[in-house]
Amino acid sequence: MSIVKLAVHTTFDERLPGPSPVRRAVETLFRDAIHPPLIVKLAAQNLFHDRLRFIATIIGIVFSIVLVTVQMGLFVSFGRMVTTMIEHASADLWIVPQGTKNFEDPSLLDDVERFRALSIKEVTDAVPILVSFAQWRTPDGGATPIFVVGSDPKLPGLHPWNLIAGSIDDLSVPDAVAVDESYFGQLESKGLGDVAEIRTQKAQVRAVTKGIRSFTVTPFVFTSLDRARAYTGTPPNKATYLLIHVAPGADVESVRDRLRKTLTKAEALTPAEFSNRSRSFWLFGTGAGFALFGGALLGIIVGTVIVAQTLYSSTKDHLNEFATLRAIGSSGRYIYTVIIIQALLSAVIGFLVAAGIGFVVVAATAQSALPVVMTPTLMASLFVLTVVMCIVSAISAIMQVMRLDPATVFTR
Amino acid sequence: MTRPVIEAAEVVKFLGEGPGKVQALKGVSLSLEPGELTLLMGPSGSGKTTLLSILGCILTPSEGAVRVCGQSTAGLRAEDLAKLRRERIGFIFQSYHLFPTLTAVDNVRLALDVRGDRAPFAATRAATALANVGLAHRINAFPTQLSGGEQQRVAIARAIVGDAAIILADEPTASLDGENGHSIMTFLAEIAKSSERGVLVVTHDPRILPFANRVVRIEDGKIIGEERLARETKTKRMASVGL
Repeated sequence: MSIVKLAVHTTFDERLPGPSPVRRAVETLFRDAIHPPLIVKLAAQNLFHDRLRFIATIIGIVFSIVLVTVQMGLFVSFGRMVTTMIEHASADLWIVPQGTKNFEDPSLLDDVERFRALSIKEVTDAVPILVSFAQWRTPDGGATPIFVVGSDPKLPGLHPWNLIAGSIDDLSVPDAVAVDESYFGQLESKGLGDVAEIRTQKAQVRAVTKGIRSFTVTPFVFTSLDRARAYTGTPPNKATYLLIHVAPGADVESVRDRLRKTLTKAEALTPAEFSNRSRSFWLFGTGAGFALFGGALLGIIVGTVIVAQTLYSSTKDHLNEFATLRAIGSSGRYIYTVIIIQALLSAVIGFLVAAGIGFVVVAATAQSALPVVMTPTLMASLFVLTVVMCIVSAISAIMQVMRLDPATVFTR
Repeated sequence: MTRPVIEAAEVVKFLGEGPGKVQALKGVSLSLEPGELTLLMGPSGSGKTTLLSILGCILTPSEGAVRVCGQSTAGLRAEDLAKLRRERIGFIFQSYHLFPTLTAVDNVRLALDVRGDRAPFAATRAATALANVGLAHRINAFPTQLSGGEQQRVAIARAIVGDAAIILADEPTASLDGENGHSIMTFLAEIAKSSERGVLVVTHDPRILPFANRVVRIEDGKIIGEERLARETKTKRMASVGL
């Protein structure tokens, strides 16, 4: 036997007529799908070899990402809830009392501001709406605070949506109100036809909505503008906001700027500006957002530390193999790639498990006062975050390998 | 006249720092010719492994020069030295240093993979290299399923699969019994028959002397003797061990 003669040479392959580049690329993709490259196999084996450590890594990632998912899902949900009224109102511009911080900030505007607004040529309408806190009293003597939203049902204003019983026109009926089904328990109501008192005046449920929830525990109660004034003791010449409609084709921002010059004790805001102001107030003015971000940051830190620790320990266990790789001539890049692939595999597996748990949490909280929301953008961001977290975690392992002396292969 | 695959000239190597600093090599000159199996023999602490590491571009000399296949290693960065190793040198270690999570064929393929050779026939080359060392039937076995002799044969296949011009073996028979050690040296002797490949074996095992074309003796960091065996002597010695 002659090993030398049997030694394999590749030149015969190079002399063969080669397939087209497209075919070669397709074949490569197909082959890699079935047989992953050896470097991926090596990384995967390193990762999966110690099952206990692998499970610990995945638990770390899952814990971290689920925590971040919940915190950020609440953040998104909270941001949506505090602006939901603004987004459902029919308005090109909002006129709000000077210094209004958010939608639930019930100061009052005088009719004078309405007339000033209407004096601008492009303003076709300035619809007043009223929002204010009141008390809902049930016939058996129970009471609960409510947030009254009054808008003329015949005008494009701020009306209940997602109606599952009754209609907006039903709010034209005297004493009619609309409530959300999720607040039936709190309002001690059984639905349509139920009667209660608001500020000693009759209120009868004529319409029921689904999913209009406040992030506070205070239920929204929709009614006509006049009834809202009566329920809250507001004079007829006062309103909380004016919903401005501009003529078709008019430049909204230009109208806003002119309104700002015209109004004396009020501000003109686009719906986006009002939403941002409300969101900023609730999320950052109250510290709620910082708390949510803090929780998310904590999750990221915990996840990074756990993944870094397990990758470091895995690398330490495989130092002899990395030294062998280095000794047989692998580049530093090859070895770093093995570690990065380990990190990426951990990220993908951890993210998939975390996403599954995240969807369960989303479903479980869907009917709660503050549901956890998952959007495609949030999902993509969480995936990127997981990958970044795992790659950052790999740095300590890579630094360890960078210090590796391949000469150790002769002493181990 | 053929050109040596490795030339070391007046190599000095200091190891450690401060009070613990020692001079492991004290001006060693050595060349490795293609078509030869050279044994580097000496007692423990004589500098054998340090010299092997320098010849294998794993360590750099403190003084002196090393040329690998005509290329000087002076001034090369760690990555350049790694490139030289993967293209020119195959290593065989005393403890085999196989990857326990990879099969025999993947262990061999790894030597091609680090060179960027990921062509579909890389696996075929690895399997053929294993067949050449008599392990065609064990290509899918993991190292833990192989005997010591089989593991060392996988390591030999890994060293030769890339057609390295230089094979450096560090005590390849030290962990093996007589029969397996004999078998491994037979393979190494076959490899050394190539006119393009030189094999250097570091050992203190006198049983493998019959396989050598040349024996270099090192002691206290210095070459103290060199014996080139005539073909007849070698044939006689190999016959005495049943080859």
